[in-house]
Amino acid sequence: MDKYIWLIPILPLAGFIINGIGRNTLSKAVVGFIGSLMVLISFGISVAVFFQVKAAGSEFHGFNVSLFNWFSAGSVKISFSFLIDQLSAIMLLIITGVGFLIHLYSVGYMKDDAGFAKFFAYLNLFIFFMLLLVMGSNYLIMFIGWEGVGLCSYLLIGFWYTNPDYADAAKKAFIMNRIGDLGFIIAIFLIMVVFGSANFADVFKLASTKDFASAPFTLITILLFVGAVGKSAQLPLFTWLPDAMAGPTPVSALIHAATMVTAGVYMIARSNILFTLAPVTMHIVAVVGLTTAVIAALIALTQTDIKKVLAYSTVSQLGYMFLGLGVGAYTGAFFHVLTHAFFKALLFLGAGSVIHAMSNEQDMRNMGGLKGKLKITFITMLIGTLAISGIPPFAGFFSKDEILAHTFMHSTPMYVIGVITAMFTAFYMFRMLFLTFYGKFRGTHEQEHHLHESPPSMTIPLVVLAILSIVGGFIGRPESLGGHHWLEHFLAPVFAKSAPLLVTPELSNSTEITLMCISVGAAVLAILYAYFKYIKNAHVPVTDTEERPALVDISYHKFYIDELYDTIIRKPLDALSVFFYKVIDKMGIDGIVNGLGRGTVDASKGLRLLQTGNVGFYIFMMVVGIISILMYILFKA
Amino acid sequence: METLTKTIQGVPLNHYILLCSIIFSIGVIGVLIRRNAIVIFMSVELMLNSVNLLLTAFSVYRGDATGQVFVFFVMALAAAEVAVGLAIIVMIYRNTNSVDINVLNRLKW
Amino acid sequence: MTVSILIFLPVIAALAVLLFKNDAAKHAALTFSVAELAVALFFLSKFIPNADVQFAIDVPWIAKMGIYFNAGIDGISMMMVLLTTVLVPLIILTTYKHQYKNAGAFYALILFMQAGLLVVFTALDGFLFYVGWEAALIPIYFICSLWGGENRIRITLKFFIYTFSGSLFMLVGIIYLYLQTPSKTYDLFQFYNLALDAHHQVFVFWAFFLAFAIKMPLFPLHTWQPDTYTEAPSAGTMLLSGIMLKMGIYGVIRWMIPNAPLGFFQWQSMTIMLAVIGIGYASIIAFKQNDGKRLVAYSSIAHVGLIAAGIFVWNIEGLQGAMIQMLSHGINVIGMFFIWDIITRRLGTREISSLGGIAKVAPKFAIAFLIIVLGTVALPLTNGFVGEFLLLSSVFQWNIYMVTAAGLTMIFGAVYMLRMYKKVMHGETNALTITFTDISGSETLVLSIICALIIIMGIYPQPILHISEASVTHLFNIVNPKFPQLK
Repeated sequence: MDKYIWLIPILPLAGFIINGIGRNTLSKAVVGFIGSLMVLISFGISVAVFFQVKAAGSEFHGFNVSLFNWFSAGSVKISFSFLIDQLSAIMLLIITGVGFLIHLYSVGYMKDDAGFAKFFAYLNLFIFFMLLLVMGSNYLIMFIGWEGVGLCSYLLIGFWYTNPDYADAAKKAFIMNRIGDLGFIIAIFLIMVVFGSANFADVFKLASTKDFASAPFTLITILLFVGAVGKSAQLPLFTWLPDAMAGPTPVSALIHAATMVTAGVYMIARSNILFTLAPVTMHIVAVVGLTTAVIAALIALTQTDIKKVLAYSTVSQLGYMFLGLGVGAYTGAFFHVLTHAFFKALLFLGAGSVIHAMSNEQDMRNMGGLKGKLKITFITMLIGTLAISGIPPFAGFFSKDEILAHTFMHSTPMYVIGVITAMFTAFYMFRMLFLTFYGKFRGTHEQEHHLHESPPSMTIPLVVLAILSIVGGFIGRPESLGGHHWLEHFLAPVFAKSAPLLVTPELSNSTEITLMCISVGAAVLAILYAYFKYIKNAHVPVTDTEERPALVDISYHKFYIDELYDTIIRKPLDALSVFFYKVIDKMGIDGIVNGLGRGTVDASKGLRLLQTGNVGFYIFMMVVGIISILMYILFKA
Repeated sequence: METLTKTIQGVPLNHYILLCSIIFSIGVIGVLIRRNAIVIFMSVELMLNSVNLLLTAFSVYRGDATGQVFVFFVMALAAAEVAVGLAIIVMIYRNTNSVDINVLNRLKW
Repeated sequence: MTVSILIFLPVIAALAVLLFKNDAAKHAALTFSVAELAVALFFLSKFIPNADVQFAIDVPWIAKMGIYFNAGIDGISMMMVLLTTVLVPLIILTTYKHQYKNAGAFYALILFMQAGLLVVFTALDGFLFYVGWEAALIPIYFICSLWGGENRIRITLKFFIYTFSGSLFMLVGIIYLYLQTPSKTYDLFQFYNLALDAHHQVFVFWAFFLAFAIKMPLFPLHTWQPDTYTEAPSAGTMLLSGIMLKMGIYGVIRWMIPNAPLGFFQWQSMTIMLAVIGIGYASIIAFKQNDGKRLVAYSSIAHVGLIAAGIFVWNIEGLQGAMIQMLSHGINVIGMFFIWDIITRRLGTREISSLGGIAKVAPKFAIAFLIIVLGTVALPLTNGFVGEFLLLSSVFQWNIYMVTAAGLTMIFGAVYMLRMYKKVMHGETNALTITFTDISGSETLVLSIICALIIIMGIYPQPILHISEASVTHLFNIVNPKFPQLK
């Protein structure tokens, strides 16, 4: 099997090249077919790989597939090689599986767009880089994928680049990611210096030995975490993700919900032993994750753009994942990556279906009552909403509760905040659902006329994802609910080194069930509140011109964080740029340089006056000169 | 020849040196203080000739002809110089109607 | 087969091209430069990648003064020769849509400059090195001052005096070393064997440092560069930025540090500091530049700052990174200046703020521009990444604060490059940019070659690194024992 591993990333790359070159000649059907097929074949191979890994049992620690020596210089030796183990096998399934569904969906969603082939080429390229990210067997290959997905994200957010706001959003995403990437790359340098290698296998093997007990784990992991913060949109670098909704909706589903943004979680889960050895960083990760979850949920409460609500909910759910990582629930966090990929992709695609039906309207204030017209979309979105709200037996319930249970063992206040955030989540998600699908239609007459259910190529992925959102959680059904947590056992070899170091008190089944009841109860309460507010009272958020209560206003304006960054970072840097250029460069340094030149000219102008032109004076000076030379010679002796 | 040498040696060398110094100084002072180009020119000749006189005197006293050979060179040179110099002065006079060197103040940048 | 073929072919070519006019001169120049590339590739095929000097020529020139025509190619020189011979045909090709007056003279000067550059990169004799150094300066002076923009005379004079004063210091340094050699020779390897005390080495270090720092240019000796790049004709800018500034870097590697290791060691932290300051300083200035060429000029200062910093830390990663980054930077910066040349020729302006929406009317151009931008911001799998990674990992070995400061280039580079790309290419077209026609003919050819090089070098850089590996290690072994306390 390992002989064909390289095909998994290469096929989407081939799709990118074919569609890229044939973007003006191939018909849309061919383009869509090639783009989807490549990912589908990759998915097929990934399934085979997955079963092979599964069959290998719990003593299996992954195999390396080395392709070629990428570059080497001095002590730096980087080989282009892949690592397939339990963690990457599951990620492969998510990326190619969800990726394929989204390709399929895009065939319908993008069919009227002039850049159809370009879109598929970019999507394929994204899949390629994402696969590199999870398959890389060392930090450098991971970094290729890491930056590559950032590039694709840039290209796809700016897909409709003629709109300057969209182009700005793309630029912002790339730059914010780059801030994280700097942390990541410095972490790689540090790892290479400390462990003498960037290979996962070498680094993790050495890290847990006694010789490296004093290694700067805290610094390494904080730097890695900076990278994760950028890519996974955590505080303080999360503002790019909501803006990234400028891209076409399938992109938001694939890149900004299901796969790319979870790369940070993947990276930390991959480096789990390093983080486990750095308790300080773990604490920071947990706090940052929790804070992000709360802040993003607070913002999501008042947003009126359907995609923005989903974007902030993504940020919030990512915060949960980091909370899980921070409290040592690596499996839980990764479990949430998995279930989140299902229901969030579903929600985004559902939102895309709504937007499609509404002739590109995204404002929920102009929707309402779509339940009857978009039946499949409504039902699937309802499933997704229940899943994200943590209602059993939908997927989100299991993963979220695993994280919350671990948080409870870690610290009670954090648990309480986590549950409150879960309440917010349930509230704003149902608010979105109610505003969109219930009540009276609030759009224009023309929009109402055009309302239609989406074509099968769009609804099939919705249905598949909805099914996954229902059953996906059962792979991690805890013992307290009669399961045996298959995922935890499957991933155990990946986290084997960390497990003995993470001593957490065992949670009794009854406590666990109590905790579940609390969070489910909280969610139900929130849903009921949303029901009364938006269905019983038919409340509709105010238009932009009307006054809002102060707290609502702050939330609606995203805590003014963008404005804050603008004031404290962008503007000072721009001012500094002008200052450096005009004052230091032009006046200062160039002034000195030109001053030297001018000084020479001025000096010569002054000395020139000695040449009076008067012959008598010349003769006099000549005689004086001769006499002084004679005097000098005379008196030297 | 013999008598001529004797006659020259009849005057002490110091007197020659003194005379030449005086003539040379007159030349220098003439160059410095006079404004008429021709007079300056003559003063330069005066200096040259004072040196010539001195060379001859030493030559005789030391019985070495090299000094006299040198005098001939100087005289040839002076003749050439006079030819060129006077030509220049004539040209200046034609152009400016004057041989006053203070009129010539354009020799500057 | 000796290196003299490589050096004298462009000279002969320059004389031959003088005879042609207009288009014929272009074609002749291109043919000769491609022939030169073929010769270089032939040398490459015969080149054994070890530390030896190959294809050497060593004949007495002014033997009484110890001056020999002594040149040869080792791994480091091979990289520089490749850089020169690959880029010159590309540069000539970029001028295909221009009609220069006195085209014969123009192309002859380019070829003559190539000869000078090749002398610099292969010389093993101090005097020959200096001759090549100045021989490369004279043609570019005329190219800029005869075919440049409005302020060309003033700016070019400044450039000339600036670099010339630097190289005079270098001449003093070379002569000083010459006087110290026991057999009174300019031979580079004899210079290496000199064991001067630290005090005297400091003077040698400064003499070389000033020349090379001006050429690169290093902060704060850089102010000639943006002006000159802006005023020079595009081909001149490409020659300056693509190849000529590498003379300074090459000089540091081959002439400055090995000849004055102790002197360098005393000032090492200052040099690194200057290089790193230059990175941040130039990047920040590039944020708000409205003139496209000037923006690229400042970005070039930042990139060269990183190369310099990587070398000054003095380890193999840094040197190898510098080698590949010189090649990459040459390719990328030529691409970038060509992009601006195309825009300027079509629309008559370099003002970023007056552009916008070009991607819509010129998709091929947009792709090429984007790939070059990505190469410049060092995205993995483009040529910029490997070099930048190695250079940063070299700076990291100095200390972590310095690498953080130097690494800002990753962020700042993305900021100014993407800002520029967005303002030029994205958004709606305006009355001016609607007239933009997509690239064609020679433009497509050049940009395709550049884009292909960017990607191929990014995916498989190892063969290129391999060329210089042995020589760099060898150089390292010569110099390192001389350092008193090696970090």
